[in-house]
Amino acid sequence: MGQTPDVPALEARAREFRKTILRMITQAGSGHPGGSLSAIDILTALYFHHLRVDPARPQWPDRDRFVLSKGHGCPAWYVVLAARGYFDPSHLWTLRRIGSPLQGHPDMTRTPGVDMSTGSLGMGFSAAIGMALAGKRDGRPYRVYAMLGDGECQEGAVWEAAMFAAHQGLDNLTAIVDRNGLQQTGRTEERVRLDPLAEKWRAFGWEAQEIDGHDMAAIVGALGRARAGTGRPEVIVAHTVKGKGVSFVEGVVGFHGKALTQDELARALAELDGAPAGRG
Amino acid sequence: MAIRLADGSRNRATRDAYGEALLQAARREPRIVALTGDLRDSTRLEAFAGAFPDRFVECGIAEQNMAGIAAGLATCGKIPFVSSFAAFAPGRCYDQIRVLIAQPRLNVKLVSTHGGLTVGEDGMSAQAVEDLAMMRALANMTVIVPADATETAAVIDALVAHDGPAYVRLGRSAVPVLFDEGYRFAVGAAPVVRDGDDVTIAACGIMVTEALEAARALAADGVEARVLNCATLKPLDEAAVVAAARETGAIVTAEEHTILGGLGGAVCEVVAASHPVPVERVGIRDRFGESGAPRALQDAYGLTAAAIAAAARRALSRKRRG
Repeated sequence: MGQTPDVPALEARAREFRKTILRMITQAGSGHPGGSLSAIDILTALYFHHLRVDPARPQWPDRDRFVLSKGHGCPAWYVVLAARGYFDPSHLWTLRRIGSPLQGHPDMTRTPGVDMSTGSLGMGFSAAIGMALAGKRDGRPYRVYAMLGDGECQEGAVWEAAMFAAHQGLDNLTAIVDRNGLQQTGRTEERVRLDPLAEKWRAFGWEAQEIDGHDMAAIVGALGRARAGTGRPEVIVAHTVKGKGVSFVEGVVGFHGKALTQDELARALAELDGAPAGRG
Repeated sequence: MAIRLADGSRNRATRDAYGEALLQAARREPRIVALTGDLRDSTRLEAFAGAFPDRFVECGIAEQNMAGIAAGLATCGKIPFVSSFAAFAPGRCYDQIRVLIAQPRLNVKLVSTHGGLTVGEDGMSAQAVEDLAMMRALANMTVIVPADATETAAVIDALVAHDGPAYVRLGRSAVPVLFDEGYRFAVGAAPVVRDGDDVTIAACGIMVTEALEAARALAADGVEARVLNCATLKPLDEAAVVAAARETGAIVTAEEHTILGGLGGAVCEVVAASHPVPVERVGIRDRFGESGAPRALQDAYGLTAAAIAAAARRALSRKRRG
């Protein structure tokens, strides 16, 4: 993708993606709108500006890899993959239906562009590290990106993986934590406290940046800085809002794993259509 | 057709054969990488680590992360061999194995040593007596328990050529070398290692040696026992099991594992569905182990030739009552 980001164009895409995500989940009747909307700006920047990928060759050996360790956010990923040309967008309307290539959680055997099946939290990250390790050992030029949920960082295996990646000096690896502050049943800080989260990563030997995960220019800038070789893996703690872009979904725990009703969807789409591009 | 057996004079641990076989395979196959969680000594991978430092991955005491790393390596074309103790892999990383390896059917080989009761003195937390049931329950997973060092080497070679996830359970202690160098292993085959028509003993791992000894004791009483080496628990050689049921009319299973869900369970499933005959299961009877010398534990938990012979007599008497 181009080196000079067209931030307004990325913002406009992300706003359209938000609408498609909500439509898909409502049509499916279930899914995770909150964590999809918190992640979509970052996914848009990755796939429409940053990643070295070729949708016509999803198995290209030197492609950048992306692992969605917070697998429940996959509606956002599917929308981006379809828009990028990995598969026909008509599949989006089969989300979660029997026989669909778009499963409730990512399935690498069914979905082009998905490099690792995930679902249970705290483990896709380790697989991403395996990919980064293979790249390092073989002298391949690709980078590996993994997106984790913040609640996911309560899983102990995340920290096994963080320790290992730093020990191996995997500076071809970028972790992005979708720090939306909520988990299934409440605020992360009320369930099991995560803060100071970036400092935890630094203490484990990572380079850490903290950004506004809905500020497209900041996202693009942070991903670009993470490219530079430092001998250390890189984490971007992206401060986000669960349900971002729809006033009555934002920050509402109840929309972690619940589809919008038809009425709610209509209100949400109207809001998104009325919003200025980019701050959707 | 019975298989040629070795002369019985040598003992060797299956884990020793594993370390040597993987090192040799790695010389031929550059895609092989080896991972351990601070157990390169116990799992016999020190020579591999020395010969191929760039293909060896020390994961530290973190089996969950190790399983995930192996999955990621497999997506990049590697053939990862992941080694830990059977208590820890699958015990400490079952969901990683399930979601990251078995569900996407990735080419990861999980080779765990220190399976079963014969770990010995370290006691029940270290004795995996349910690992085979856990792994057999996973779709896409091949499950193998070699009987001796010769078979272990053949299993490793076969798995290098076999595309897909597999679990191999090896032991800590030296065990008799049963098979001579001409032994051929095929995934999914349960070869007849002793012929007989009165009763069948279907065994895996260290219990194959016990089964052969039991067959000799039974022969002294005029009972000819067929012995099947069911090294591949999954996919089980259903044809061999059904033939045994049809031709011998009674089956004893023998495994160093709980009788629930392992070889005994697998054989019962096939026999009940296809050709019901009496089955007696020799194994650990729904309990955990304890500390002790391996042989003392085998005696205390009924993992012996004598226990198999007694089970065969029970099976025969049920068959006659039929």
